[in-house]
Amino acid sequence: MIKKVLALLKKDLLLELRQQHTFYGILLYIAATVYVLHLSLPDSPDANVWNSLFWVIQLFVCVNTVAKSFLQESKGRMLYFYSIASPVEFILAKLLFNIILMLFMSLVSLLLFYVFLDNPVSNMGLFIGIVLLGGTGISLVFTLMSAIAAKAQQNAALIAILGFPVILPQLLLLMRLSKAAFAEVFREGAVLQLAGLVAGLDVLVIMMAVILFPYLWKD
Amino acid sequence: MYTVTGGFLMEVPHLHILNETIRNLYFHVSMWFAMMILFIVSFVYSIKYLRNFDYRNDIFARNFAAMGSFLGILGYATGTVWASYTWVTDQGQSLANILKEPKLIGAAIALLIYGAYFVLRGSFTDIDKRARVSAVYNIFAFVMLFPSIWIIPRLVGSLHPGAPGGEGGNPALNFNDIDSRLRMVFYPAVIGWTLLGVWIATLKIRIELIKDKSLLHG
Repeated sequence: MIKKVLALLKKDLLLELRQQHTFYGILLYIAATVYVLHLSLPDSPDANVWNSLFWVIQLFVCVNTVAKSFLQESKGRMLYFYSIASPVEFILAKLLFNIILMLFMSLVSLLLFYVFLDNPVSNMGLFIGIVLLGGTGISLVFTLMSAIAAKAQQNAALIAILGFPVILPQLLLLMRLSKAAFAEVFREGAVLQLAGLVAGLDVLVIMMAVILFPYLWKD
Repeated sequence: MYTVTGGFLMEVPHLHILNETIRNLYFHVSMWFAMMILFIVSFVYSIKYLRNFDYRNDIFARNFAAMGSFLGILGYATGTVWASYTWVTDQGQSLANILKEPKLIGAAIALLIYGAYFVLRGSFTDIDKRARVSAVYNIFAFVMLFPSIWIIPRLVGSLHPGAPGGEGGNPALNFNDIDSRLRMVFYPAVIGWTLLGVWIATLKIRIELIKDKSLLHG
Protein backbone atom coordinates (compact mmCIF):
# COMPACT_ATOMS: atom_id res chain seq x y z
CA MET A 1 0.00 0.00 0.00
CA ILE A 2 2.78 2.41 0.93
CA LYS A 3 4.46 1.51 -2.31
CA LYS A 4 1.38 2.40 -4.29
CA VAL A 5 0.95 5.67 -2.43
CA LEU A 6 4.54 6.56 -3.20
CA ALA A 7 4.10 5.62 -6.84
CA LEU A 8 1.06 7.87 -7.15
CA LEU A 9 2.92 10.62 -5.33
CA LYS A 10 5.82 10.28 -7.69
CA LYS A 11 3.48 10.50 -10.64
CA ASP A 12 2.02 13.75 -9.30
CA LEU A 13 5.44 15.22 -8.66
CA LEU A 14 6.67 14.27 -12.12
CA LEU A 15 3.57 15.73 -13.66
CA GLU A 16 4.18 18.95 -11.79
CA LEU A 17 7.77 19.08 -12.93
CA ARG A 18 6.86 18.47 -16.54
CA GLN A 19 3.93 20.86 -16.72
CA GLN A 20 5.83 23.71 -15.28
CA HIS A 21 3.53 26.46 -16.41
CA THR A 22 1.08 25.94 -13.55
CA PHE A 23 3.88 25.80 -11.04
CA TYR A 24 5.45 29.02 -12.23
CA GLY A 25 2.01 30.49 -12.52
CA ILE A 26 1.50 30.08 -8.81
CA LEU A 27 4.93 31.38 -7.99
CA LEU A 28 4.16 34.45 -10.04
CA TYR A 29 0.83 34.75 -8.29
CA ILE A 30 2.55 34.84 -4.92
CA ALA A 31 5.14 37.31 -6.11
CA ALA A 32 2.55 39.59 -7.66
CA THR A 33 0.35 39.54 -4.58
CA VAL A 34 3.17 40.29 -2.21
CA TYR A 35 4.38 43.06 -4.48
CA VAL A 36 0.93 44.63 -4.53
CA LEU A 37 0.96 44.49 -0.74
CA HIS A 38 4.39 46.02 -0.73
CA LEU A 39 3.20 48.96 -2.78
CA SER A 40 -0.10 49.47 -1.01
CA LEU A 41 1.10 49.18 2.58
CA PRO A 42 3.09 51.71 4.58
CA ASP A 43 6.78 51.00 4.80
CA SER A 44 6.92 48.75 7.82
CA PRO A 45 3.53 47.28 8.69
CA ASP A 46 2.62 46.53 12.25
CA ALA A 47 3.36 42.98 13.39
CA ASN A 48 -0.33 42.15 13.72
CA VAL A 49 -1.14 43.44 10.26
CA TRP A 50 1.82 41.55 8.87
CA ASN A 51 0.67 38.38 10.57
CA SER A 52 -2.91 38.50 9.35
CA LEU A 53 -1.88 39.49 5.83
CA PHE A 54 0.55 36.63 5.73
CA TRP A 55 -2.06 34.08 6.66
CA VAL A 56 -4.66 35.47 4.31
CA ILE A 57 -2.16 35.26 1.47
CA GLN A 58 -1.36 31.70 2.54
CA LEU A 59 -5.03 30.89 2.32
CA PHE A 60 -5.40 32.23 -1.19
CA VAL A 61 -2.20 30.66 -2.39
CA CYS A 62 -3.44 27.37 -1.06
CA VAL A 63 -6.78 27.69 -2.81
CA ASN A 64 -4.97 28.30 -6.06
CA THR A 65 -2.37 25.60 -5.55
CA VAL A 66 -4.56 22.82 -4.34
CA ALA A 67 -7.64 23.66 -6.35
CA LYS A 68 -6.37 22.09 -9.50
CA SER A 69 -5.24 18.86 -7.87
CA PHE A 70 -8.50 17.16 -8.71
CA LEU A 71 -9.63 19.37 -11.53
CA GLN A 72 -6.72 18.50 -13.73
CA GLU A 73 -7.52 14.82 -13.67
CA SER A 74 -9.55 14.02 -16.72
CA LYS A 75 -12.36 11.54 -16.62
CA GLY A 76 -10.41 8.89 -18.48
CA ARG A 77 -7.47 9.19 -16.15
CA MET A 78 -9.69 8.92 -13.10
CA LEU A 79 -11.08 5.73 -14.51
CA TYR A 80 -7.55 4.44 -14.93
CA PHE A 81 -6.63 5.25 -11.33
CA TYR A 82 -9.84 3.64 -10.28
CA SER A 83 -8.72 0.39 -11.79
CA ILE A 84 -5.21 0.38 -10.33
CA ALA A 85 -5.50 1.89 -6.87
CA SER A 86 -7.83 1.94 -3.92
CA PRO A 87 -9.42 5.25 -2.94
CA VAL A 88 -7.52 5.39 0.34
CA GLU A 89 -4.19 5.11 -1.44
CA PHE A 90 -5.26 7.69 -3.95
CA ILE A 91 -6.36 10.27 -1.41
CA LEU A 92 -3.26 9.71 0.71
CA ALA A 93 -1.04 10.31 -2.28
CA LYS A 94 -2.97 13.46 -3.12
CA LEU A 95 -2.77 14.72 0.44
CA LEU A 96 0.96 14.10 0.59
CA PHE A 97 1.55 15.76 -2.75
CA ASN A 98 -0.42 18.82 -1.79
CA ILE A 99 1.36 19.07 1.54
CA ILE A 100 4.72 19.05 -0.22
CA LEU A 101 3.58 21.61 -2.74
CA MET A 102 2.03 23.82 -0.13
CA LEU A 103 5.06 23.67 2.16
CA PHE A 104 7.21 24.81 -0.71
CA MET A 105 4.83 27.63 -1.56
CA SER A 106 4.66 28.66 2.10
CA LEU A 107 8.40 28.98 2.29
CA VAL A 108 8.49 30.96 -0.93
CA SER A 109 5.84 33.38 0.25
CA LEU A 110 7.56 33.69 3.62
CA LEU A 111 10.75 34.60 1.83
CA LEU A 112 8.96 37.14 -0.34
CA PHE A 113 7.26 38.64 2.70
CA TYR A 114 10.65 38.86 4.30
CA VAL A 115 12.11 40.67 1.33
CA PHE A 116 9.29 43.01 0.37
CA LEU A 117 7.54 43.72 3.62
CA ASP A 118 9.50 44.30 6.74
CA ASN A 119 10.28 41.45 9.06
CA PRO A 120 8.68 41.76 12.47
CA VAL A 121 9.34 38.13 13.35
CA SER A 122 11.73 37.82 16.25
CA ASN A 123 11.87 34.06 16.54
CA MET A 124 12.36 32.90 12.97
CA GLY A 125 12.80 29.20 13.67
CA LEU A 126 9.57 29.03 15.59
CA PHE A 127 7.72 30.97 12.93
CA ILE A 128 8.95 28.71 10.15
CA GLY A 129 7.77 25.75 12.18
CA ILE A 130 4.36 27.32 12.60
CA VAL A 131 4.18 28.18 8.91
CA LEU A 132 4.95 24.61 7.95
CA LEU A 133 2.37 23.29 10.39
CA GLY A 134 -0.19 25.77 9.10
CA GLY A 135 0.57 25.06 5.46
CA THR A 136 0.05 21.36 6.10
CA GLY A 137 -3.29 21.92 7.77
CA ILE A 138 -4.62 24.31 5.16
CA SER A 139 -3.57 22.10 2.27
CA LEU A 140 -5.18 19.05 3.89
CA VAL A 141 -8.54 20.74 4.23
CA PHE A 142 -8.46 22.20 0.75
CA THR A 143 -7.48 18.90 -0.83
CA LEU A 144 -10.64 17.35 0.50
CA MET A 145 -12.68 20.39 -0.49
CA SER A 146 -11.26 20.22 -3.97
CA ALA A 147 -12.22 16.56 -4.16
CA ILE A 148 -15.77 17.52 -3.24
CA ALA A 149 -15.89 20.50 -5.55
CA ALA A 150 -14.52 18.47 -8.43
CA LYS A 151 -17.74 16.48 -8.31
CA ALA A 152 -19.77 19.62 -8.87
CA GLN A 153 -19.51 21.52 -12.09
CA GLN A 154 -18.70 25.12 -11.20
CA ASN A 155 -15.80 24.19 -9.02
CA ALA A 156 -13.25 26.96 -8.63
CA ALA A 157 -15.58 29.29 -6.78
CA LEU A 158 -17.13 26.41 -4.91
CA ILE A 159 -13.82 25.47 -3.28
CA ALA A 160 -13.59 28.86 -1.67
CA ILE A 161 -17.19 28.77 -0.50
CA LEU A 162 -16.85 25.30 0.96
CA GLY A 163 -13.40 25.68 2.36
CA PHE A 164 -13.35 29.08 4.02
CA PRO A 165 -15.79 28.46 6.84
CA VAL A 166 -14.19 25.11 7.55
CA ILE A 167 -10.69 26.51 7.60
CA LEU A 168 -11.55 29.53 9.76
CA PRO A 169 -11.06 27.99 13.19
CA GLN A 170 -7.74 26.57 12.14
CA LEU A 171 -6.64 29.88 10.68
CA LEU A 172 -7.60 31.74 13.85
CA LEU A 173 -5.60 29.27 15.89
CA LEU A 174 -2.62 29.71 13.60
CA MET A 175 -2.76 33.48 13.80
CA ARG A 176 -2.84 33.29 17.56
CA LEU A 177 -0.06 30.77 17.58
CA SER A 178 2.20 32.74 15.31
CA LYS A 179 2.05 35.68 17.64
CA ALA A 180 4.34 33.60 19.81
CA ALA A 181 7.01 34.21 17.20
CA PHE A 182 6.42 37.96 17.47
CA ALA A 183 7.77 37.93 21.00
CA GLU A 184 4.34 38.05 22.55
CA VAL A 185 4.53 36.40 25.92
CA PHE A 186 2.35 33.35 26.33
CA ARG A 187 1.46 31.45 29.41
CA GLU A 188 3.77 28.51 30.01
CA GLY A 189 2.82 25.59 27.80
CA ALA A 190 0.16 27.53 25.92
CA VAL A 191 2.16 27.51 22.70
CA LEU A 192 2.56 23.77 22.84
CA GLN A 193 -1.11 23.40 23.64
CA LEU A 194 -2.13 25.48 20.63
CA ALA A 195 0.32 23.70 18.35
CA GLY A 196 -0.98 20.38 19.61
CA LEU A 197 -4.52 21.48 18.85
CA VAL A 198 -3.62 22.45 15.29
CA ALA A 199 -1.79 19.16 14.80
CA GLY A 200 -4.78 17.34 16.26
CA LEU A 201 -7.04 19.06 13.75
CA ASP A 202 -4.72 17.94 10.98
CA VAL A 203 -4.93 14.34 12.13
CA LEU A 204 -8.70 14.70 12.31
CA VAL A 205 -8.84 15.97 8.74
CA ILE A 206 -6.68 13.10 7.50
CA MET A 207 -8.94 10.61 9.23
CA MET A 208 -12.04 12.22 7.78
CA ALA A 209 -10.46 12.21 4.33
CA VAL A 210 -9.61 8.52 4.55
CA ILE A 211 -13.08 7.65 5.78
CA LEU A 212 -15.08 9.89 3.46
CA PHE A 213 -13.14 9.88 0.23
CA PRO A 214 -14.20 6.38 -0.85
CA TYR A 215 -17.77 7.70 -1.06
CA LEU A 216 -16.71 10.52 -3.34
CA TRP A 217 -14.63 8.25 -5.46
CA LYS A 218 -17.24 5.94 -6.91
CA ASP A 219 -19.15 7.46 -9.76
CA MET B 1 -45.05 12.37 17.56
CA TYR B 2 -47.74 14.94 16.93
CA THR B 3 -49.17 14.88 20.42
CA VAL B 4 -45.81 15.05 22.11
CA THR B 5 -44.84 17.99 19.94
CA GLY B 6 -48.12 19.74 20.54
CA GLY B 7 -47.83 19.20 24.25
CA PHE B 8 -44.49 20.86 24.44
CA LEU B 9 -45.49 23.58 22.03
CA MET B 10 -47.73 24.91 24.77
CA GLU B 11 -44.61 25.77 26.70
CA VAL B 12 -43.40 28.20 24.10
CA PRO B 13 -46.25 30.72 23.74
CA HIS B 14 -46.64 31.42 27.43
CA LEU B 15 -43.07 32.66 27.50
CA HIS B 16 -43.96 35.52 25.22
CA ILE B 17 -45.75 37.43 27.95
CA LEU B 18 -42.68 38.54 29.86
CA ASN B 19 -40.45 41.24 28.51
CA GLU B 20 -37.11 41.89 30.11
CA THR B 21 -33.76 41.29 28.53
CA ILE B 22 -33.03 38.19 30.55
CA ARG B 23 -36.17 36.70 29.04
CA ASN B 24 -34.20 36.55 25.88
CA LEU B 25 -32.40 33.66 27.49
CA TYR B 26 -35.42 31.53 26.74
CA PHE B 27 -35.31 32.39 23.07
CA HIS B 28 -31.74 33.07 22.21
CA VAL B 29 -29.92 30.42 24.20
CA SER B 30 -32.49 27.75 23.68
CA MET B 31 -32.53 28.47 19.95
CA TRP B 32 -28.84 27.73 19.86
CA PHE B 33 -29.43 24.54 21.74
CA ALA B 34 -32.13 23.56 19.30
CA MET B 35 -29.89 24.46 16.39
CA MET B 36 -27.08 22.28 17.67
CA ILE B 37 -29.45 19.41 18.23
CA LEU B 38 -30.90 19.73 14.73
CA PHE B 39 -27.43 19.86 13.21
CA ILE B 40 -26.50 16.74 15.12
CA VAL B 41 -29.59 15.01 13.80
CA SER B 42 -28.73 16.11 10.28
CA PHE B 43 -25.21 14.80 10.77
CA VAL B 44 -26.50 11.43 11.92
CA TYR B 45 -28.79 11.17 8.90
CA SER B 46 -25.90 11.99 6.59
CA ILE B 47 -23.95 9.11 8.06
CA LYS B 48 -26.98 6.89 7.67
CA TYR B 49 -27.25 7.93 4.05
CA LEU B 50 -23.66 6.98 3.35
CA ARG B 51 -24.22 3.63 5.01
CA ASN B 52 -27.12 2.48 2.92
CA PHE B 53 -27.68 5.11 0.19
CA ASP B 54 -31.33 5.45 1.00
CA TYR B 55 -32.62 8.65 -0.58
CA ARG B 56 -35.04 9.05 2.30
CA ASN B 57 -32.13 9.73 4.67
CA ASP B 58 -30.89 12.47 2.41
CA ILE B 59 -34.22 14.25 2.60
CA PHE B 60 -34.09 14.00 6.37
CA ALA B 61 -30.53 15.32 6.53
CA ARG B 62 -31.29 18.26 4.30
CA ASN B 63 -34.42 19.37 6.06
CA PHE B 64 -32.91 19.12 9.51
CA ALA B 65 -29.96 21.15 8.32
CA ALA B 66 -32.31 23.72 6.80
CA MET B 67 -34.30 24.02 9.98
CA GLY B 68 -31.11 24.20 12.02
CA SER B 69 -29.77 27.07 9.94
CA PHE B 70 -33.10 28.85 10.21
CA LEU B 71 -32.96 28.62 14.00
CA GLY B 72 -29.34 29.66 13.79
CA ILE B 73 -30.26 32.84 11.95
CA LEU B 74 -33.03 33.53 14.44
CA GLY B 75 -30.57 32.90 17.24
CA TYR B 76 -28.12 35.31 15.68
CA ALA B 77 -30.84 37.93 15.35
CA THR B 78 -32.04 37.60 18.93
CA GLY B 79 -28.43 37.56 20.03
CA THR B 80 -27.85 40.87 18.27
CA VAL B 81 -30.81 42.45 19.99
CA TRP B 82 -29.67 41.12 23.30
CA ALA B 83 -26.09 42.21 22.79
CA SER B 84 -27.11 45.70 21.79
CA TYR B 85 -28.91 46.07 25.11
CA THR B 86 -26.35 44.51 27.38
CA TRP B 87 -22.87 44.71 25.89
CA VAL B 88 -22.95 47.86 23.84
CA THR B 89 -24.48 50.22 26.36
CA ASP B 90 -22.76 48.79 29.38
CA GLN B 91 -19.24 48.55 28.12
CA GLY B 92 -19.27 50.97 25.23
CA GLN B 93 -18.12 48.38 22.74
CA SER B 94 -18.50 48.83 19.04
CA LEU B 95 -20.26 46.29 16.89
CA ALA B 96 -17.06 45.16 15.22
CA ASN B 97 -15.64 44.50 18.63
CA ILE B 98 -18.53 42.30 19.56
CA LEU B 99 -18.36 40.38 16.32
CA LYS B 100 -14.90 39.21 17.28
CA GLU B 101 -16.18 37.51 20.38
CA PRO B 102 -15.15 33.84 20.09
CA LYS B 103 -18.65 32.47 20.47
CA LEU B 104 -19.93 34.71 17.73
CA ILE B 105 -17.16 33.60 15.43
CA GLY B 106 -18.19 30.02 16.02
CA ALA B 107 -21.79 30.86 15.30
CA ALA B 108 -20.90 32.73 12.13
CA ILE B 109 -18.78 29.80 10.98
CA ALA B 110 -21.66 27.43 11.58
CA LEU B 111 -23.99 29.56 9.49
CA LEU B 112 -21.41 29.93 6.72
CA ILE B 113 -20.81 26.20 6.66
CA TYR B 114 -24.46 25.38 6.27
CA GLY B 115 -24.81 28.14 3.71
CA ALA B 116 -22.04 26.44 1.76
CA TYR B 117 -23.81 23.12 2.21
CA PHE B 118 -26.88 24.45 0.42
CA VAL B 119 -24.84 26.08 -2.30
CA LEU B 120 -23.12 22.74 -2.83
CA ARG B 121 -26.47 21.01 -3.02
CA GLY B 122 -27.71 23.54 -5.52
CA SER B 123 -24.83 22.94 -7.87
CA PHE B 124 -25.75 19.35 -8.68
CA THR B 125 -28.28 18.14 -11.14
CA ASP B 126 -27.97 14.45 -10.49
CA ILE B 127 -29.90 13.45 -7.37
CA ASP B 128 -27.77 10.55 -6.19
CA LYS B 129 -24.55 12.38 -6.73
CA ARG B 130 -25.91 15.41 -4.96
CA ALA B 131 -27.01 13.36 -2.00
CA ARG B 132 -23.72 11.55 -1.72
CA VAL B 133 -21.38 14.50 -2.08
CA SER B 134 -23.37 16.77 0.18
CA ALA B 135 -23.55 14.04 2.80
CA VAL B 136 -19.78 13.86 2.72
CA TYR B 137 -19.51 17.61 3.10
CA ASN B 138 -22.08 17.66 5.87
CA ILE B 139 -20.15 15.10 7.89
CA PHE B 140 -16.82 16.77 7.29
CA ALA B 141 -18.13 20.23 8.11
CA PHE B 142 -19.84 19.02 11.23
CA VAL B 143 -16.70 17.39 12.53
CA MET B 144 -14.77 20.59 11.86
CA LEU B 145 -17.50 22.53 13.63
CA PHE B 146 -16.83 20.82 16.93
CA PRO B 147 -13.55 22.60 17.54
CA SER B 148 -14.86 25.91 16.30
CA ILE B 149 -17.92 26.00 18.53
CA TRP B 150 -17.02 24.01 21.58
CA ILE B 151 -13.29 24.02 22.04
CA ILE B 152 -11.86 27.26 20.72
CA PRO B 153 -14.03 29.74 22.64
CA ARG B 154 -13.06 28.02 25.85
CA LEU B 155 -9.43 27.78 24.93
CA VAL B 156 -9.11 31.39 23.84
CA GLY B 157 -11.11 32.46 26.83
CA SER B 158 -8.90 30.51 29.17
CA LEU B 159 -5.79 31.98 27.65
CA HIS B 160 -7.07 35.51 28.07
CA PRO B 161 -9.27 35.84 31.09
CA GLY B 162 -11.06 39.15 31.20
CA ALA B 163 -10.39 39.94 27.56
CA PRO B 164 -12.89 42.50 26.26
CA GLY B 165 -16.03 40.70 25.21
CA GLY B 166 -14.43 37.40 26.15
CA GLU B 167 -16.06 34.49 27.85
CA GLY B 168 -14.72 35.33 31.29
CA GLY B 169 -15.96 38.91 31.15
CA ASN B 170 -19.55 38.09 30.43
CA PRO B 171 -21.63 36.72 33.20
CA ALA B 172 -24.57 36.68 30.79
CA LEU B 173 -23.08 33.68 29.07
CA ASN B 174 -22.13 31.87 32.23
CA PHE B 175 -24.61 29.13 32.86
CA ASN B 176 -23.76 28.86 36.52
CA ASP B 177 -25.28 32.27 37.08
CA ILE B 178 -28.72 31.23 35.99
CA ASP B 179 -31.21 31.48 38.76
CA SER B 180 -33.10 28.31 39.51
CA ARG B 181 -36.41 30.00 38.68
CA LEU B 182 -35.07 30.88 35.26
CA ARG B 183 -33.95 27.32 34.88
CA MET B 184 -37.50 26.14 35.42
CA VAL B 185 -38.49 27.83 32.19
CA PHE B 186 -35.19 27.55 30.41
CA TYR B 187 -35.03 23.78 30.11
CA PRO B 188 -38.57 23.36 28.83
CA ALA B 189 -37.84 26.21 26.43
CA VAL B 190 -34.88 24.29 25.06
CA ILE B 191 -37.04 21.23 24.63
CA GLY B 192 -39.86 23.31 23.21
CA TRP B 193 -37.74 25.02 20.58
CA THR B 194 -36.08 21.76 19.66
CA LEU B 195 -39.38 20.02 19.23
CA LEU B 196 -40.76 22.97 17.31
CA GLY B 197 -37.80 22.71 14.99
CA VAL B 198 -38.18 18.97 14.68
CA TRP B 199 -41.89 19.37 14.05
CA ILE B 200 -41.43 21.88 11.23
CA ALA B 201 -38.63 19.80 9.76
CA THR B 202 -40.71 16.62 9.84
CA LEU B 203 -43.60 18.46 8.21
CA LYS B 204 -41.33 19.49 5.38
CA ILE B 205 -39.89 15.99 5.21
CA ARG B 206 -43.30 14.43 4.95
CA ILE B 207 -44.32 16.79 2.18
CA GLU B 208 -41.21 15.91 0.30
CA LEU B 209 -41.63 12.21 0.90
CA ILE B 210 -45.07 12.45 -0.66
CA LYS B 211 -43.73 14.44 -3.58
CA ASP B 212 -40.99 11.97 -4.28
CA LYS B 213 -43.06 8.91 -3.66
CA SER B 214 -42.59 7.64 -7.16
CA LEU B 215 -38.88 8.11 -6.81
CA LEU B 216 -38.60 6.36 -3.50
CA HIS B 217 -40.55 3.28 -4.34
CA GLY B 218 -39.61 3.07 -7.95
